[in-house]
Amino acid sequence: MTTSAPAIRTDAAQALRPHAEQTHAAELEALAKADDRQRPPGWKLSPWAVTQYLLGTTLDDGTEITPKYIGARRVVEIAVATLATDRALLLIGVPGTAKTWLSEHLAAAVSGDSTLLVQGTAGTSEEAVRYGWNYARLLAEGPSEAALVPSPVMTAMARGSIGRIEELTRMPSDVQDGLITVLSEKALPVAELGIEVQAQRGFNIIATANDRDRGVNDLSSALRRRFNTVVLPVPDSAEDEVRIVTQRVEQLGRALDLPEVPASLTEIQRVVTVFRELRSGVTEDNGTKVKSPSGTLSTAEAISVITNGIALAAHFGDGRLRPADVAAGIQGAVVQDRVSDGVVWREYLETVARGREGWGDFYRACREVGA
Amino acid sequence: MARSRLDTSGLHVLGVRHHGPGSARAVRAALEEIKPEAVLIEGPPEADALTSLVGELEPPVALLAYAAEKEGPRRDAGEGWAFWPFASFSPEWEALRYAVGHGVPVRFCDLPAAHTLAERMAAAEERRQREEDPDAAGEAPEAEEPERVRLDPLGVLAEAAGYDDAERWWDDVVEQRGPGEPSPFPAIADAMAAVRAESAPESGREARREAYMRQTLRAVLREGHQRVAVVCGAWHAPALRDVADHPVKDDTALLRGLPKVRVNTTWVPWTHGRLAAASGYGAGVAAPGWYHHLFTAPDLPVHRWLTDAARLLREEGQPVSSSHVIEGVRLAESLAVLRGRPLAGLDEVSEALTSVLCEGEPARAALVHRRMALGERMGAVPPSTPMVPLQRDLVAAQKRLRLKPEPFDRDLDLDLRKENDRERGVLLHRLRMLDVPWGVPGPSAGGSKGTFRESWRLRWEPEMDVALIEASRWGTTVASAAAARAADLAAEADLPALTSLTERCLLADLGEALPRVLALLTDRAATDSDVTHLMAALPPLARSARYGDVRGTDGTRLRQVGEQLLRRVCVGLAPAVHGLDDEAAAEFVRHVDATHNAATLLGGEVLADWTAALASLARRDAVPGRIAGRVNRMLADGGLLEPAELRGRLGLAMSPGAEPAGAAAWLEGFLQGSGLILVHDEALLGLIDTWLLALPEERFTAVLPLLRRTFGNFTGPERTEIGAAAQRLGSAPAAAPGAPVRADADTERAAPALATALAILTSGRSLG
Repeated sequence: MTTSAPAIRTDAAQALRPHAEQTHAAELEALAKADDRQRPPGWKLSPWAVTQYLLGTTLDDGTEITPKYIGARRVVEIAVATLATDRALLLIGVPGTAKTWLSEHLAAAVSGDSTLLVQGTAGTSEEAVRYGWNYARLLAEGPSEAALVPSPVMTAMARGSIGRIEELTRMPSDVQDGLITVLSEKALPVAELGIEVQAQRGFNIIATANDRDRGVNDLSSALRRRFNTVVLPVPDSAEDEVRIVTQRVEQLGRALDLPEVPASLTEIQRVVTVFRELRSGVTEDNGTKVKSPSGTLSTAEAISVITNGIALAAHFGDGRLRPADVAAGIQGAVVQDRVSDGVVWREYLETVARGREGWGDFYRACREVGA
Repeated sequence: MARSRLDTSGLHVLGVRHHGPGSARAVRAALEEIKPEAVLIEGPPEADALTSLVGELEPPVALLAYAAEKEGPRRDAGEGWAFWPFASFSPEWEALRYAVGHGVPVRFCDLPAAHTLAERMAAAEERRQREEDPDAAGEAPEAEEPERVRLDPLGVLAEAAGYDDAERWWDDVVEQRGPGEPSPFPAIADAMAAVRAESAPESGREARREAYMRQTLRAVLREGHQRVAVVCGAWHAPALRDVADHPVKDDTALLRGLPKVRVNTTWVPWTHGRLAAASGYGAGVAAPGWYHHLFTAPDLPVHRWLTDAARLLREEGQPVSSSHVIEGVRLAESLAVLRGRPLAGLDEVSEALTSVLCEGEPARAALVHRRMALGERMGAVPPSTPMVPLQRDLVAAQKRLRLKPEPFDRDLDLDLRKENDRERGVLLHRLRMLDVPWGVPGPSAGGSKGTFRESWRLRWEPEMDVALIEASRWGTTVASAAAARAADLAAEADLPALTSLTERCLLADLGEALPRVLALLTDRAATDSDVTHLMAALPPLARSARYGDVRGTDGTRLRQVGEQLLRRVCVGLAPAVHGLDDEAAAEFVRHVDATHNAATLLGGEVLADWTAALASLARRDAVPGRIAGRVNRMLADGGLLEPAELRGRLGLAMSPGAEPAGAAAWLEGFLQGSGLILVHDEALLGLIDTWLLALPEERFTAVLPLLRRTFGNFTGPERTEIGAAAQRLGSAPAAAPGAPVRADADTERAAPALATALAILTSGRSLG
């Protein structure tokens, strides 16, 4: 071995995408200082302060708390109240409705740590939700606590913080059911060592799942019953959605160190309008029916179309976000199935975009991309 | 004595929130503490005599006041009456129950309904005049929008205290009092006085109402009662509490010379749905079911509510366990804490229902939630309640036929062969005649009249009591009133309306009204010169004449009228078809078809007349091709036209001299419905074939669309068969290989089956 492996330990400041608790450390600290309400055991903030953190407010000392979740206050309140009752929280919604986003910020606000994460995939094994072994050590020393490799869930239990499970329904059913004991007994026995890890106060699970995909493993009713379910809606109004997109694009731009491009509000509005109209199958003025494509066209996709466009504008364009910069991205988002969605998109362009005032450039740009 | 200041030391004014369970509880507690000698309640004083019934009523009920005179200005829906609804959780209802239960004299003290209704009717009259005479609408109608503060003063106070729900604020300030604390009502009155001081003094109707309330209050106080309790809207509390500060003469002046009508009052059953409706007579109570629950649940309202929801979900087949309920209650309570509320409210339980009990399925949760929040129920009134005779008759009929008025949709299938079911159907039809749409006929009752089944959808609305009272001018029993109404309707109806009225009379079994309606029908038929009107009127009559068999009504008279009508049609038929264009001809053909069916139903002599008329029509020239074709086909189908004769006529119509467009129209009429005749009669097909082949090219293209329309209407197999037949025409007829071989039928053996089929098709009357 002559070459040394690159260091695994990384510098948080250089991280491509810092964790929520890193990005908003200042806000969390200010809230903790101002928060004089009772905190549930193991919580870094009181439920009230967690809601304020998520929905945004201005504190008495003038600290501005940015809104993290733009949408119904009710959704956030139910989520926080659920965590406070030590019931597990299941966030459901079509892709791109900020499930993961909300779960990350909830974990950051409640336990100051959003990193105890299990990503559910078809290949997720039981070790990922329970515990595994360091086999070298296991062979050398026999079963011992030192040879035990705890899963994020086990770590969360031991620390009394929030564990997160992404895409719960993508896990195989038997792995999902491994969570039942964790959630009902709040304990994880390690049979090999004859010990058990009892969850400390403050432990809880936030899981996300999407209800759009087929071929996923539905939760068994035994597991389902241990979750309070919150359905995240797509944004109610166009203004809300424009706000979400604008805010996120700005933050992402900062994180990725993209050259400063004034994110034109017209382009954002346009992308949001296109997405909303295609999603609902009718134009905003309720005048024309349009076909809906097979994709979900979530807000998250709108955000990525805009960031993509900004990168194009910065590196190849004139530094301003122009219709041509979003055209390719928007077509990529809409046309998932080449044949059927292609027809939908062309029809939309010809019947809606073409005649709309001020959309001439956009229409031409899209035609060019499509040609 | 005359100038002595009123002694108000024993006066307790309880300002409440209408239909607030919190207020109701507080009123009850306050009354038990005060032990009043007289109770005054906001409501129409005409109903004083009805308070004795309170013990037997089952809420929700409403006081109904309606103008008594039958004649007078024309009334539209909603102006000649008014309702005062009471739910079990209404404070006024609590006060009534207390007073009646303890034998305390109780009086209503609001402005009499006599004035209210008179004003309202005058206003409606004025509005109508303005509409009829738009020039007079110069000055804009004065805005009677009361400001919000007056509509919901408690809401304003709650908002000032930082609450978004007045009932919740009220619960906190009124309900959460420790024992021994003073009654909240003095504080309420003070608060209202403060709110009122900010806004302009009362004027107009509100001022008159308060003046009248004070007058009643003075009278009661002067009667010498020591302790008097007044239950009124919180807004009025200061005006009544400080009764001594208001000069009597001002109030008398305010009340002088008010318009007046004679008014009757009674109790009617009410529904939670009506309470919830924000418009009309609804009280705008958002969730009467929840309020009712809050008021009736002895303790743990949230626990009980979610348990009930779980039971409902289980009834719907959803697996909901007790642990769901436990966690639901926990979520609701922690949500309430998070929101800084002392008790979980409707919002919290609804969210717990969605997130826990329904596992995030909003649609299922919404269904259960809506049902429970409304908590549909209907009140009841005892038989001793004042009713108009018509209502009594209906109540008796409902009892006899075991049909209960219910506030939700219920489907009812009636088998008209059963006596009881038949009478039910008749009752519902009669009520419809009286504009009381308790039952709405289902689709099967509308379409197939010959059936012995009738399906209805029943739903009783409280307004129907009003409709009944309105209808009571027609008669004292449902039957006589419906008959009178039918006769009245008939007087102004035109011919088609009369025939449908005839049908309705038959359905409603209105034997008394029928002769008059039929007499009018024959009169109208005599004067109506439009044959299509007559033809349109005939089918329902013919159906009714036959329908009579099922319902046991006498069809003879109907038959006479039907026959008379048909004879008129026969006479007018030939002149009517003259000069019709293609579209009108198509319409006329439909009428001819319908009339033909009707004539077949009537049968007998008139049928012969009708076919004779058709036959003469078929022979005439100058009949539009479409009609001529169709009539010939009808005659041929009826076996009244020899095949040879038919071929001759077809040949004439298709002859080279005739206009091809006309020929094509003839063909269209002839082949309307079915082209199979061409398969069976090769000679006909041959004639058409020859005609087609002989057409010059430009003429052929001219008639092609018409032909396409004709043949396009046939079913696929039919077209295939005609095509095959046309192919056979070209080849040698005998040696056509592959042509379908028709099996020879044994006519002797087939004869009984044919006869039976004929009997079925013609319902025993052969086509004669």
